[in-house]
Amino acid sequence: MSEPVLSVSNLRTVFHTDRETIRAVDGVSFDVGRGETVGIVGESGSGKSVTARSIMGLVESPGEILPGSSIRFNGQELTEFDDAQYREIRGSGIGMVFQDPQKSLNPVYTVGNQIIEALEENQDLTGEEAREEAIDLLEAVAIPDAPRRLDEYPHEFSGGMRQRAMIAMMLACDPEFLICDEPTTALDVTIEAQILELLQELQEERGLSILFITHDMGVIAEIADRVNVMYAGEIVETAPVEELFASPTHPYTEGLLDAIPGRQDGSEQLRTIEGDVPTANEAASHCRFAPRCEHAFDACEQAHPQHVEVGPEHTAACLLYPGEKSRSERVEHHRAQAETGGDHE
Amino acid sequence: MSQATQRHDDTDEETLIEVRNLEKYYGDDGMFSPPPVKAVDGVDLDIKRGETFGLVGESGSGKSTLGRTLLRLEQATSGTVSFDGTDITTLEGSDLKRWRRNAQIVFQDPESSLNDRMTVGEIVREPLDAHDKGTERERRKRVMDLLSRVGLREEHYYRYPHQFSGGQRQRVGIARALALEPEFVVLDEPVSALDVSVQAKIITLLEDLQEEFDLTYLFIAHDLSVVRHICDRVAVMYLGKIMEVGETEELYEDPVNPYTKSLLSAIPRPDPTDESERTTLPGTPPSPRDPPQGCQFSTRCPAKIRPEGFEEVSEETWDAIERFREIVRERTRVELGTVDRVKRRAGLFSKYDDIDEAVKDLFDGVERPPVVDDHLTYAVEQVKAGHPQDARERLHEAFGSVCDRERPAHHQVGDRGRESYCHRHREEYDDVESAIRR
Ligand code: SF4
Ligand code: SF4
Repeated sequence: MSEPVLSVSNLRTVFHTDRETIRAVDGVSFDVGRGETVGIVGESGSGKSVTARSIMGLVESPGEILPGSSIRFNGQELTEFDDAQYREIRGSGIGMVFQDPQKSLNPVYTVGNQIIEALEENQDLTGEEAREEAIDLLEAVAIPDAPRRLDEYPHEFSGGMRQRAMIAMMLACDPEFLICDEPTTALDVTIEAQILELLQELQEERGLSILFITHDMGVIAEIADRVNVMYAGEIVETAPVEELFASPTHPYTEGLLDAIPGRQDGSEQLRTIEGDVPTANEAASHCRFAPRCEHAFDACEQAHPQHVEVGPEHTAACLLYPGEKSRSERVEHHRAQAETGGDHE
Repeated sequence: MSQATQRHDDTDEETLIEVRNLEKYYGDDGMFSPPPVKAVDGVDLDIKRGETFGLVGESGSGKSTLGRTLLRLEQATSGTVSFDGTDITTLEGSDLKRWRRNAQIVFQDPESSLNDRMTVGEIVREPLDAHDKGTERERRKRVMDLLSRVGLREEHYYRYPHQFSGGQRQRVGIARALALEPEFVVLDEPVSALDVSVQAKIITLLEDLQEEFDLTYLFIAHDLSVVRHICDRVAVMYLGKIMEVGETEELYEDPVNPYTKSLLSAIPRPDPTDESERTTLPGTPPSPRDPPQGCQFSTRCPAKIRPEGFEEVSEETWDAIERFREIVRERTRVELGTVDRVKRRAGLFSKYDDIDEAVKDLFDGVERPPVVDDHLTYAVEQVKAGHPQDARERLHEAFGSVCDRERPAHHQVGDRGRESYCHRHREEYDDVESAIRR
């Protein structure tokens, strides 16, 4: 593959409180290749949204991206950017789509005004030209009767139409990379299908690269080329999408897939994962999933699992692997890996 | 969700709740008010004792309103709801209070449905206090029992809801709903706000409780896979109407109504190798204030019947006509806004002239044969003249079919109690499947 568009390496984002330091994102690494859609899937508390916000430079005090973290976008190191540089890159290189378009659309301006403003700022278009382009963008996101809808306010749009308008506004910045954070979670399923289809079409037409964040395994299966599964601030498994669903390897991924109704046939009991996602408040010297894992053994409390290759482009961070080694050899392997640079303190 | 083996051989299944021609309208207050919102628009259904009956639909389908109306949290506009033979829509005073014990609700959002100033114990005890059940001691004991029954601990009695996780709060909501030993519980999106691993635990709990206390559930949800897992029978709602009802597995395996088919095909499946064809619906549901005169689904239906005389018109052209009608319909909605009228009079923008752009967008490269062209031209002129309502009527006259004009009937399909609301089940029309394949 050619040079990735985005390359995140050992990203650690923490939040300081009076009592403790929460390690919301704790040593996350992944790449997004050109034209590729990479998914991050996880439950609440997994750190998936903080990962997105870190990339977009939207982590605010008391949050902090720790030194040693690297986010390279087209060869530029974003962690060294100041606010102005970040604003610029958000206005051109990276576009964002959130769950709630309400937050990104201003209720007191018409949708048209907001898109035209973005065009004026980022593409130097003005007047009639900007208006024409705004209409084209609304048509590109399949909003019917675009010229009229340009003069409407966000509240006059339905939820799905607002999400489309939001996407149009983002396209006004002509980005090459999109971060979508639960963009369809608030939408009805027939509208969700429309938006996913739209994102896929836009990706094809404009050669976009996408980082797609969601809690929904169904949506991930539909849209992603590669998937990273996050748990308590760490990526615990990563694989191409077919591979992940066909042979999930990490016990957490397995549990997550088994908890989805419909992966088993109708009458079967759902499998549940006991306990809750822990809050990561100290450096991991153990497996954070151990208290809930049915395969856990003593060493899981003492060694920090490192990513091990378990299939083609497929790694998992679990002491059960590499499967061909004996238990003590495996533990040794993970300890040694952690020392030679897997873990940074 | 009785065991799969039991599911079908209860021949003497007894109806607990019988709903007939139920309507719930909002904002219907007099001759000069705008048309009412028809949230529930003529619903019939039977819920059998001990079953889990699912109600699915998208936002605006009226499913929650229907659930609330069954519980008398909303007053029905018309129709009847018989509970064990008694029409509860007319109950009053002490009769109503007595019945209320028997029918409870669990809400979606445990966050806002629990009073944050009360302890968990007080929340669960409140219905017991309100109905004066037993002595102080007995109530306390009952609450402790309930807490442990839903998987909480006794010491949780003195905690406050905000100290709990979402899943635990939902357990509190469930304990409270069960406090008065109801027979019937409406579960209104009970797991929608929860993570999938927590969701699985709550679903399992609900299944166990049903078994233990012989509960009858109405399970309202937009998540179709959860409903498939938990429900014995399911009804699919759209714009206030039940489009299809039947046994869950059968309905999911072989939906017969165009809306059910489209809805099921839209679910993202947790299987990346799944290549099955999707039917992506165009547009959004119309406003329940201004529903179609004929079938509620007619503005988006992929199987909609074409009127006679247009057999030669291509799919492409016909599709553009339907989308154009949608735009004109939208414009009649917009016409209602006073702010817009004032603005227009002040010349701030011209809402009506730019219809050309929309027509160009739709019909560019699409042929407009003479049978359709006159009508389209007339409609465009009317819109430009500021009369979108006239344009809308002309298009309805010219291009409307039985789907636009007449409400369908509920047709029996098969012999297992399946019903579908669609004209295509009438003999003179092609069946749904071949119509969608076109
Ligand atoms: S490392 Fe141990 S506790 Fe963690 S997932 Fe693997 S087996 Fe389970
Ligand atoms: S009656 Fe017509 S519009 Fe309604 S579902 Fe059937 S085919 Fe579609």
